[in-house]
Amino acid sequence: MTALRDLIKRYQLASVLVLTLLLAVVLPLTLDIFRLNLVGKYLTYAFVAVGLVMVWGYGGVLSLGQGVFFGLGGYAMAMFLKLEASDPITTKIQSTPGIPDFMDWNQLTALPLFWEPFKSLPFTLIAVIAVPTLLAWIISYAMFKRRVGGVYFAIITQAVALILTVLIIGQQGYTGGVNGMTDLKTMLGWDTRTNGAKYILYYVCVALLIGSILLCRWIQTGKAGTLLLAMRDKEDRVRFSGYDVANFRVFTFCLTAALSGIGGALFSLQVGFMSPSFVGIVPSIEMVIFAAVGGRMSLVGAVYGTLLVNAGKTFFSESFPDLWLFLMAALFIGVTMAFPMGLAGLWQDHVVPWWAKRRSEMRKDKAAAARRAAEDDASGAAPEAAAKAPRAAGTPERLGDVAGQRA
Amino acid sequence: MSQPENPHDRLKGVSDSADAPSPFRRRILQGLSAMPILAVPGISLAQKFPTAKVNTTKLAMTETEVTVGQLHSSTGTMAISETGSIQAEQLAIDQINAMGGILGRKIKVIKEDGASDWPTFAEKSKKLLINDRCATVFGCWTSASRKAVLPVFEKENGLLYYPTFYEGLEQSKNVFYTGQEATQQILYGLDWAKNEKKAKSFFLIGSDYIWPRTSMKIARKHIENFQKGKVVGEEYYPLGSTNFGSLMNKIKLQKPDCIFAAVVGGSNVAFYKALKAAGITGNKQLLLTLSVTEDEMTGVGGENFAGFYSSMKYFQSLDNDNNKKFVAAFKAKYGPKSVIGDVTQAAYLGPWLWKAAVERAGSFDVDKVVAASPGIELKQAPEGYVKLDANHHLWSKSRIAMGQPDATFKVVAESPQLIKPDPFPKGYQ
Repeated sequence: MTALRDLIKRYQLASVLVLTLLLAVVLPLTLDIFRLNLVGKYLTYAFVAVGLVMVWGYGGVLSLGQGVFFGLGGYAMAMFLKLEASDPITTKIQSTPGIPDFMDWNQLTALPLFWEPFKSLPFTLIAVIAVPTLLAWIISYAMFKRRVGGVYFAIITQAVALILTVLIIGQQGYTGGVNGMTDLKTMLGWDTRTNGAKYILYYVCVALLIGSILLCRWIQTGKAGTLLLAMRDKEDRVRFSGYDVANFRVFTFCLTAALSGIGGALFSLQVGFMSPSFVGIVPSIEMVIFAAVGGRMSLVGAVYGTLLVNAGKTFFSESFPDLWLFLMAALFIGVTMAFPMGLAGLWQDHVVPWWAKRRSEMRKDKAAAARRAAEDDASGAAPEAAAKAPRAAGTPERLGDVAGQRA
Repeated sequence: MSQPENPHDRLKGVSDSADAPSPFRRRILQGLSAMPILAVPGISLAQKFPTAKVNTTKLAMTETEVTVGQLHSSTGTMAISETGSIQAEQLAIDQINAMGGILGRKIKVIKEDGASDWPTFAEKSKKLLINDRCATVFGCWTSASRKAVLPVFEKENGLLYYPTFYEGLEQSKNVFYTGQEATQQILYGLDWAKNEKKAKSFFLIGSDYIWPRTSMKIARKHIENFQKGKVVGEEYYPLGSTNFGSLMNKIKLQKPDCIFAAVVGGSNVAFYKALKAAGITGNKQLLLTLSVTEDEMTGVGGENFAGFYSSMKYFQSLDNDNNKKFVAAFKAKYGPKSVIGDVTQAAYLGPWLWKAAVERAGSFDVDKVVAASPGIELKQAPEGYVKLDANHHLWSKSRIAMGQPDATFKVVAESPQLIKPDPFPKGYQ
């Protein structure tokens, strides 16, 4: 029991447990399947936001191109699903049956070679993680080894996002172009569009997300996490201490790319659709906003931020179809002005102290009452002891906090 | 049809040939004549069509109201194009409501914003169909948005009226296409260029996505195989591209008889300005485009497009009574400066086609409405008489108009007959 408690305290798991409870129990019980499917979609973005907490909040490297990795993961999965949806019978109306419809529209008469491996699910699952990671490795190795960082890195990631969008849109015969890949129906014959499948996919998504958060938390609390923070704050000192700064950053960046790829694949599965509009600059920046709203130092906060922003987007656009963008802008400006550390910052700086204060006040009241009782009872040594009590209770219990780390 | 009419008056009507401003009267009479109860005047239509009977698929409606969805982009890059469609659909719905609605039910609209983002379109279409149980949806503009929502409509068995002229190669049970498909728009235009303007060599230019690509494929086949003409160039530019400098040199080098263009969106402005700057103007060069309506003209500027030709099924300047009424009603509602393009008019047809189909079916159920739709005619369409083919596309006329310096169009040619829609053209694939 104490071992478990220690574990929870060490990895700050209480907040993760609350999140798990919310996602796995509360939301499925309160939302209908349509809304739950939407939440599932939002959670796929949360993979990116969690990754951004690692690379931006901890690593101090702002990436404005995370959509690239989300998109690559999503496209890898979509290619598999699209091939399965394009069997010769359903596509018999085409000039070349058996190839995806957009290829037929673009006068392709055979399946391109690089599509062939995506007929296999194991290969696809590997590609979902491997392709984004490989690209991330190439970019980050080239950049960080040359000590490119900060704004320059952000700009280069943006450029990558732009390049990939242009590539996907331009090569429409191979990628579906602007339209993206639509009409994804089944996975190994399993219809992903039924309500039952949506529930299953939702839980898979939640499980993987919680797993990713735990993985990141594990990294954070280890030596690597401390080093990341140290690099963020005083890069040169870490370097002079003999650590290879670049390698740590490359590792973190690749990790976030892999997480984003998983998110993208889950998106394709849950929404049945992949489009280049997730690869570009705007969605990449949007994903940074999710992390910023949630709090860029908090893994759990990033998930809440993603949920809040997307739920706001959906709610505002449903209620005020002509005004919703202004309301979203107000939300962003409000959050960044009032709580620069996001929702997690709000929690840490306002809710937690308020709660501690209240608790100490409650104890003070109790102590005062005890004192009065003692005074009434007998005059003697009792008041002295009672007077000490509130002071002890008043010290905030924040020993578990590493500087800058938030639950 | 813009006049408010009491449905009871219409049902009491003696004969459908007496005065024929509205073919709907005849539609209703045809559809309902089997029901003797109709002879009793003064009973509201809704009572004759209890919800339990006209709605067996749990669509959102009450005895007095039926809910429909509207899904366009009111924000983002497409907002400028889609606003006209939103307005036209709203106008048609207002007019239908003023006439007493459909089967005694007023139309209530749930408006959603696709935000020019295809995944958002998919999300919102799910919301409209699964959550709101809309009886039908009027919406989408770009092919990409239609492709994004199509699986949703097919899975949930929804109903979509899609207004834009598009590339064809599609025919869904759940979609009605009120714009022209590619062959309707292209073949007549090319024949006109050949016969009237003696064009033998063509230069094809398009934005790089599915609609221009497919359109140009059809155009090339028609020019080479049927007209025995020559295609001297075929160029595509990324969506939003504004750099047409090198293209001007190629055109000058090839000296085509006709430039055949399908450049869309913001690129249009740069394209026509570049043409003018290069000295390629309407009085020297024949140019026929598939993508300039009155809406685009406002952006391009009349002076840049003057003398060039556009191939569409509708122009605001069409001279017929239906259109005069429609233009007047539109301007009364949205201001005298508003312009009406081809797609806006096609969007206006959506609610009317749906009304006719529902009344013919005597039910709002999607399957019954779809079954009742083929053969429906609209005589009061602003573009003139149209009818709905079994393949869910409209029979309509094609027209060629010349751009004027004041940003209007002058119609110079019109197909003599309605052109049959052919979304899967043989010999053009």
